[in-house]
Amino acid sequence: MTAQPPTQADIGAEMARARDAYAKAVADGAPVRHHPGRDYAPYRSSALRHPVRPLVAVADPGAAELSGPVFGVTDVTDLDHDLTRQHPGEPLGERITVTGRVLDRAGRPVRGQLVELWQANASGRYAHLRDRHPAPLDPNFTGVGRCLTDDRGAYTFTTVRPGAYPWRNHTNAWRPAHLHFSLFGNAFTQRLVTQMYFPGDPLFPHDPILQSVTDEAARQRLVAAYDHELSTPEWALGYRWDIVLDGPAATWAEEGRR
Amino acid sequence: MTLPPTPSQTVGPFYGYALPFTGGGDLAPAGHPDALTVHGRVYDGASAPVPDALVEIWQPAPDGSRRGAPGSLRRDPVTGRFAGRDATAFTGFARVPTDADGHWAVRTLPPGGVPYLAVAVFARGLLHHLYTRAYLTDAPGTADELLSALPPDRRATLIAAPEPNRTYRFDIRLQGEGETVFLDFG
Repeated sequence: MTAQPPTQADIGAEMARARDAYAKAVADGAPVRHHPGRDYAPYRSSALRHPVRPLVAVADPGAAELSGPVFGVTDVTDLDHDLTRQHPGEPLGERITVTGRVLDRAGRPVRGQLVELWQANASGRYAHLRDRHPAPLDPNFTGVGRCLTDDRGAYTFTTVRPGAYPWRNHTNAWRPAHLHFSLFGNAFTQRLVTQMYFPGDPLFPHDPILQSVTDEAARQRLVAAYDHELSTPEWALGYRWDIVLDGPAATWAEEGRR
Repeated sequence: MTLPPTPSQTVGPFYGYALPFTGGGDLAPAGHPDALTVHGRVYDGASAPVPDALVEIWQPAPDGSRRGAPGSLRRDPVTGRFAGRDATAFTGFARVPTDADGHWAVRTLPPGGVPYLAVAVFARGLLHHLYTRAYLTDAPGTADELLSALPPDRRATLIAAPEPNRTYRFDIRLQGEGETVFLDFG
């Protein structure tokens, strides 16, 4: 006999328990938790893919991880930041500009570093063989972009707003629309892969990946702000999303890299 | 001032057309006499291979430089396609997806000044990436702070086992028996 897949109500109850347990722990003096726990059970794929032993702390000032990879003009082409211009025709969907700054926790800009973005198309379908969601592929949209941050640590992408899409975590599971981001800081310890969400999405409370961040303020930091000043008349809507990279770096890297 | 960090989220299942790049594991220039291969499998808590993990390597150059070099994702400016590294600069960075059997491999040069490659693992189901290290030697007397602080069974998970032809085997077990030591840099 096969176990029935959990319902949205089952997952919702698990997520509420995790939120309550976190709130109680913080009230009892536990530190604020900025990142998701790797053992967050409502996200079912985590079950066999998280370590059960505690991480081992490394405080060695000579650790190689306190430095990290660099990228440059050879790694990015001029059109990589514009996901709407990678094919002969225009992709379908709502054209958007997404911009923001990449900073370290001291507020210093991360300069000249690689930012990678990937996403589903406007219908909620990835250009990936294993995505079988019966929504149309768009021959004019791949959904991959790259850029280097400028001297202020700023990045900018032009793309289309992705659609929500179903997945199989539980019955009737849907991901809120999101952009995947990959970021490099001044050290390998500052590496970050994350997802940006769009403000006001009604799927937020139903999504165990977003809700894996049990701290409300931390969760809000994954949601971009609509910024009317960034919208381009007759062309695109603008969103602003700043990114702060966690983790230490060697002191020699503090002046930034080019 | 201390800013709160942006939380991590899983890389998900569909990064395969976005993050891997041609020659992602080829840190060593073709035919370099000092080239060595580091390879292994990523396993989950049921000892099943993980076919949708992404392994990244960072390491000092053979001369000990930690400044890295651009050009890991070098592009052909005419077609926009990946052109591979330029055969001279040592970028220090590799990125390889696991195959359908959970296997990954990189060809690199010996790291200068440290006995290990820094490793980051990303996967569907993993909400926050994990760091570990592949140590290329377990010679007695290796004065490494991290290795010497670990009990023998845990320490063994960080040792890349030598194989013939300058090849080292480094499996990554995400959970359970023989679970790899994962690191926290604070």
